[in-house]
Amino acid sequence: MFGEKVIELIKEAERNPDTMDPFNDEKLRQILEEMQLLFKMNMNDANATSENRSLWTTVQVRHAALERNKRCLLAYLYSRMNKIKTLRWEFGSVLPPDIRELLSDEEYQWFSKYSTNLATYMRSLGQDIGYSGIDLTENLKPPKSLFIEVLCVVDYGKLELEDGDVIMLKKNSRHFLPTSECQTLIRQGVLKQIT
Amino acid sequence: MDFNDQIESSGDEEEITAEAVLKTLYNAWQNERLSPEILPHCNEMVECMLGQIQHMERNINKLPKTDLRASIHKMELSRIKYIICNYLRARLCKIEKHCIPIINEERQRIESGTNYLTPSEYKYAQEYLLNMEGHFKSVVLDKVPGNMQTFEMNKMAIYPNLQSHVFLKANETVNGVVLDLPGEQDEEIDLEEGSQHILLYKPVADLVKSGKVQLI
Repeated sequence: MFGEKVIELIKEAERNPDTMDPFNDEKLRQILEEMQLLFKMNMNDANATSENRSLWTTVQVRHAALERNKRCLLAYLYSRMNKIKTLRWEFGSVLPPDIRELLSDEEYQWFSKYSTNLATYMRSLGQDIGYSGIDLTENLKPPKSLFIEVLCVVDYGKLELEDGDVIMLKKNSRHFLPTSECQTLIRQGVLKQIT
Repeated sequence: MDFNDQIESSGDEEEITAEAVLKTLYNAWQNERLSPEILPHCNEMVECMLGQIQHMERNINKLPKTDLRASIHKMELSRIKYIICNYLRARLCKIEKHCIPIINEERQRIESGTNYLTPSEYKYAQEYLLNMEGHFKSVVLDKVPGNMQTFEMNKMAIYPNLQSHVFLKANETVNGVVLDLPGEQDEEIDLEEGSQHILLYKPVADLVKSGKVQLI
């Protein structure tokens, strides 16, 4: 049956809506091959039967399969793009290596472009009044309190706070920090909120 | 330290208190999050508020760290910042999702001078679409048989669902809102000031944009 592989691909994308799966290169290649094959068969039949209309139905069915494959492939890419976008908001412009591996090269390129575009937009915010832009990814959750208690999960090193104080973030040390300054570190997994 | 005394220093041609700006921004944020389509931007309000925040931050820094007022004001500021960020982000999400129809409509709106997006948002949208097209082309479209390589904009476009229902409250009395319900007769209703309704978004879209009703 035509178009069966592409359905598997779509199902794969749907199965884990919240997590990223590795890019399925192999399946994509197979589907593209199937499409080339269908196209060739169609060309042959279409050329051979310009007078004889008995094969037209076949040609049309194949064409529908082609269209369907294309549509589904793009849907697969699009759903992955949406997931990659969330990654940008969660991790910032640098992806952790284990996640980077899940993306194909082209997707990584797209990620960088998306990231640059977003950064350009954020820098342009408030430029007219002498602002140097706002980082929209900083305030993703409504603020509950000014300070939170955090546990440091890895040896991070020095962190300079906005007011100039420098603190050492060592593994298993506890700190009481301004919420706004540790959001990014929490998302990166350096700190863990314990209150 | 109060919002009200700072506005004099910014010296706007129009008398408007920071409180009013915040209120407008708050309403805009609420509308933006609840309406299915993108609404006209209120960049002036955002910028005005940003200026206020900057001002407030400078004032707070003058206070000693242990001052109770400082932490209360800081909390207030982080709430306002959150509103601004979330508002802008809600707009970005819509721009990304509906980018094809938005760009097409925006092009006409720019000609008539009633643009909904700020220049940088428009640039963002165009760049986003370009990147998306480029990605599709390099992964799939360039490798499929010749007659299907086109990037079909109209097939890829996601339109906002204007037929979705919204909760709203009338800010002022509006008479004769025509509801063209699909498959039924047209119905006219009056919205009284302060009354609340559940309606289809489409008939009230213009009222939302002009601020006559507030989505809740």
